[in-house]
Amino acid sequence: MSDDAAATAPPDARPDPPPEPDGGEGAPRRSAASRAAALLGSGAVQVLLVLIALFWLVPTLGLFVSSLRTPADNAASGWWTALARPAELTLANYAGLLDNPVFVGSFWNTVLITVPSTLLIVVIASLAGYALAWMEFPGRDWLFLGVVALLVVPIQVALVPIAQLYGGAGIYGSIVGVVLFHVGFGLPFAIFLLRNFFAAIPRDLLEAARMDGGKELTIFRRVILPLGGPAIASLTIFQFLWVWNDLLVALVFADAANQPMTKALQAEMRQFGANIDVISSGAFISMVVPLVVFFAFQRYFVQGVMAGAVK
Amino acid sequence: MAETSQPPEAGGAAPGGPAAGEEPGPQEPGRAGALGPPGWLALAFLLPALLFLGAYMLYPIGFSVYRSLWDASGTTFVGLENYLRMFTNPPTFVALRNNVVWVVVAPIAVTVAGLIFAVLTERIRWATAFKLVVFMPMAVSFLASGVIFRLVYEQDPERGLANAVITTVQDTVAPAGAYPDARPREGAGLAEGPEGGYRLEAEAAPGEGVALPLVGVAADDLPASAGPASGPPDAGPEAVTGTVWLDFTPGGGGEEGAIDPEERGLPGVQVRLVEADGSTAATARAGGDGSFAFEGVEPGAYSVVLDGRNFAEPYRGVTWLGPTLVTPAIIGAYLWVWAGFAMVLIAAGLAAIPREALEAARVDGATEWQVFRRVTVPLLSPVLMVVFVTLMIYVLKIFDLVFVIAPGSVQADANVLAVEMWRVAFGANDQGLGSALAVFLLVLVVPAMVFQIRRFRRENS
Repeated sequence: MSDDAAATAPPDARPDPPPEPDGGEGAPRRSAASRAAALLGSGAVQVLLVLIALFWLVPTLGLFVSSLRTPADNAASGWWTALARPAELTLANYAGLLDNPVFVGSFWNTVLITVPSTLLIVVIASLAGYALAWMEFPGRDWLFLGVVALLVVPIQVALVPIAQLYGGAGIYGSIVGVVLFHVGFGLPFAIFLLRNFFAAIPRDLLEAARMDGGKELTIFRRVILPLGGPAIASLTIFQFLWVWNDLLVALVFADAANQPMTKALQAEMRQFGANIDVISSGAFISMVVPLVVFFAFQRYFVQGVMAGAVK
Repeated sequence: MAETSQPPEAGGAAPGGPAAGEEPGPQEPGRAGALGPPGWLALAFLLPALLFLGAYMLYPIGFSVYRSLWDASGTTFVGLENYLRMFTNPPTFVALRNNVVWVVVAPIAVTVAGLIFAVLTERIRWATAFKLVVFMPMAVSFLASGVIFRLVYEQDPERGLANAVITTVQDTVAPAGAYPDARPREGAGLAEGPEGGYRLEAEAAPGEGVALPLVGVAADDLPASAGPASGPPDAGPEAVTGTVWLDFTPGGGGEEGAIDPEERGLPGVQVRLVEADGSTAATARAGGDGSFAFEGVEPGAYSVVLDGRNFAEPYRGVTWLGPTLVTPAIIGAYLWVWAGFAMVLIAAGLAAIPREALEAARVDGATEWQVFRRVTVPLLSPVLMVVFVTLMIYVLKIFDLVFVIAPGSVQADANVLAVEMWRVAFGANDQGLGSALAVFLLVLVVPAMVFQIRRFRRENS
């Protein structure tokens, strides 16, 4: 996330005179002594932030290194000892995982759950967001306030009722059921995000298109979707990661044949010590896709997360 | 609500725009006016969303309330009994108590951390990299974060990072004893002394040499400096000497209580010479051959003591995932996941603060702390409030991290409402109590819902 995450403000409004490496803290009137103090302070801040950054990085590094060690090595010593003996690192855990049909199946289940639910959410929420932003009908603002209210409804409320509903419909345990559930619970946020963004599109553009006699669907496709691109990108990435990382919905609605990676790995957690080879490498694989998405589209993801404040 | 029906899209100019108070968007985009499409088309655009919201949110809310009034199997109407059980049932009550701890501690901790990070990153040049690192956990699943912290919190300091760090620090401050397993040779006249140490029963006077035979140390645990033991050095008239050695001959043989050729000294053992009134007259440390000497001792009767710290067990670290600390430990993991979220939101708020306000305060001679306390924080308070409320909503519903990090044996101690709800409804199959818990969670987020709606209406008015 770069400074443009803070899209509302100029990226760096402060003066940054070259001789002062601490970002222009010192006003011109300051004495040499206070400048020196500021520099020292900045040195302490640097050290502190390096330590904090390490605090955030090292646990993840620990998981990664653990996943490259044999179960015997992991049982015998801490992962950090492997840093001194890189020769003992091995890809055996990952090879074992690829030979494990349960895990490979769960990887594809994660894909099969995540992709359709993300697409459905984006399409349905775009249509609804457009209607709520630019179409005139009775009760529109109340409807949108209702969506805002639904943002915070806890997922737990739906578990029992939907489980019964699915039981009656015969889709309990299936991927379809999981996908539809994610769509239902992803929609309030998705509509909220897109409606607010669409509503900010300049009115003139819409009116010009309507003057030209454009059909609503055409306007939606030709004007709203291209202009709403950034918001749709944010939503897509946010939803993708949200569903990819979900555990609770899968725990309730996916059976063993249709379980995603999170549920498959959770089952191994009961024997944490004994299954550390599967758990560490599996958890790392489950992290790779989100991390790639995050680093590739960090700006959109951060904006999506920020829009989700008070969800 | 402007409830005028609109002419078809090809219609003429709009007779007057919408009322000013009803502008929808934050950027005040206005409405499409009379050029808008007919109402039925809006319904068509909204229909899929309405179907989903009805089926997955409105219907479940109604059904959960209804279902919570019935018993486990759903055959008998029990009124509010499930809600009563929620507060009297011990496991549910633990969950409730832990939820209170979570809601009080976690949002504050995360918001404060986010504020500190956001303010400090303004002073470094690698702020983008720092934010990236701290924000990264938001992208990965709670399951993965949970696995990461199960590894960090591993009890054995040989394997768990947290305890490895703590025991390293502890060993530097107060080193563990060299011989935790050592004990006196029976019949050698060594009695248990204070604080886990040992005391020679017979008193010693200057000019004497004493024998302190110990057993129980594995040969592998002897330090490299341990050489063949030798008898107490010759004691002059003003000295007490002695030998601490491992009274064990490898392969058998040897005489108990006597120094045999293959027996080795226990270097490093702390020995103390104690006067009759309990005060320490002298201290000494055994050498490689196990011998030691107290020099310059005044005449009198002393007792020889082996301090307890020679035999102190090495510090094994903190039981993070035990019944007492499991909730704070998981809150620590939660902080790790969410601090980036708070930081980014607060940093955006910080960037929007007018620089002049800060500079003016500095020119007036305010210290950095005063600027932070009197200018930055008050100007940030709306953002801090949003971050705090958002976190509170998420914390109320916390599930994955607790479920994943707490080992099976302490799940009951780490319990929170969302986990209990899942356990009751889908483990114990009591959907009546499960529904009551879900409804209770919903009631708890209602204040946040109101906050959200009011904020939204204010921003758009």
